[in-house]
Amino acid sequence: MTAPRDALISAIDLHKAFGPTPALDGASLEIAAGEVVAIMGPSGSGKSTLLHCIAGITTPDSGRIVYRGRELSGMSDATRSALRRGEFGFVFQFGQLVPELSCLENVALPLRLDGHKRREAERRAASWLDRLEVGDVAHKRPGEISGGQGQRVAVARALVTAPRVVFADEPTGALDSLNGERVMKLLTEAARDTGAAVVLVTHEARVAAYSDREVVVRDGRTREVELMNR
Amino acid sequence: MAIGETFLGLLESRPRHGYDLKRAYDERFGQGRALAYGQVYATLSRLLKSGLIEVHGIEPGGGPERKRYAITDAGVTDVQRWLTQPEKPDLYLQNTLYSKVVLALLTGRPAADILDTQRAEHLRLMRELTRRKSTGDFPDQLICDYALFHLEADLRWLELTAARLDQLAKEVSA
Repeated sequence: MTAPRDALISAIDLHKAFGPTPALDGASLEIAAGEVVAIMGPSGSGKSTLLHCIAGITTPDSGRIVYRGRELSGMSDATRSALRRGEFGFVFQFGQLVPELSCLENVALPLRLDGHKRREAERRAASWLDRLEVGDVAHKRPGEISGGQGQRVAVARALVTAPRVVFADEPTGALDSLNGERVMKLLTEAARDTGAAVVLVTHEARVAAYSDREVVVRDGRTREVELMNR
Repeated sequence: MAIGETFLGLLESRPRHGYDLKRAYDERFGQGRALAYGQVYATLSRLLKSGLIEVHGIEPGGGPERKRYAITDAGVTDVQRWLTQPEKPDLYLQNTLYSKVVLALLTGRPAADILDTQRAEHLRLMRELTRRKSTGDFPDQLICDYALFHLEADLRWLELTAARLDQLAKEVSA
């Protein structure tokens, strides 16, 4: 596989099975700093498992994941958690916002967990909500806003800590075309402006078209279409 | 693209010179493929002959570019008929990609690679259109969306075919 230069993350020959079912069967992937990569493939191809492995959420059965020169598998759970909190941002299909907190508090939460004072955390959160064009819902709870607004709040929460990588698993999967495109446009523009890489799992080509390149996963293996994209 | 009918539609809003018509057409519908002057004047001459437009005045200086054209009642009826008649949807029943996949299977070449190469090319185009959309005005966004949805449909077919290559290989070799 031809690797992008200056890989931020390298995943090499990953295998992962859930019971007797193999989800990854020798998947490899490299992500460069600041690039937007779409992981595509049919349902059940292993694309989400690949994302979860490289994000340190799931541990592969074998294979290596190297993030900025450090092996994820060699890290303690605490170190991996700190890495996820400090350097990674996450956006899932259903925002997964905390329903009891306002949108502003949701976005400020990663900063609060990181020890920032409330006022500073909420100031930064408010600025991100504005950036994602959802400043007007700051004091509403997730249950009081639309799905499209919720995903934009989730994107703000993913970016508020200035992560090096944003992992997005079907971020537009629950949205209609218009809202989905708005989320993708705002997410990729914000990521490019801040220099964050985006690893995006999607089965929708129009969503993948916001990426710099795509990697196709089939039967748990990555196909070498990357070569053709370059 | 139905140039004659489009001209009629543009003329219905107001009379125009040939040059104006060409410019309006190129700006709104040309998408980087400007009409040739020969095509403009050949179309106008056909519309004149059919009584769908008429010369509405000639500015001093003569020459075809100095004539103003206006739509006639017959022309308005023609536009009305064209606008309300549904376009025949393309059936896409003969397609080169399908032929390539079948021929690859028949000759023992890797058909999956053909589909992957095509997928990469489609996505490259889709990226280009997505970038254009993000900087374009609203009409431009709609035009790009039309193209994007069609490319997406192709990609879905590519994906589905990739998943059923084994079955197709059996059918082809039977």
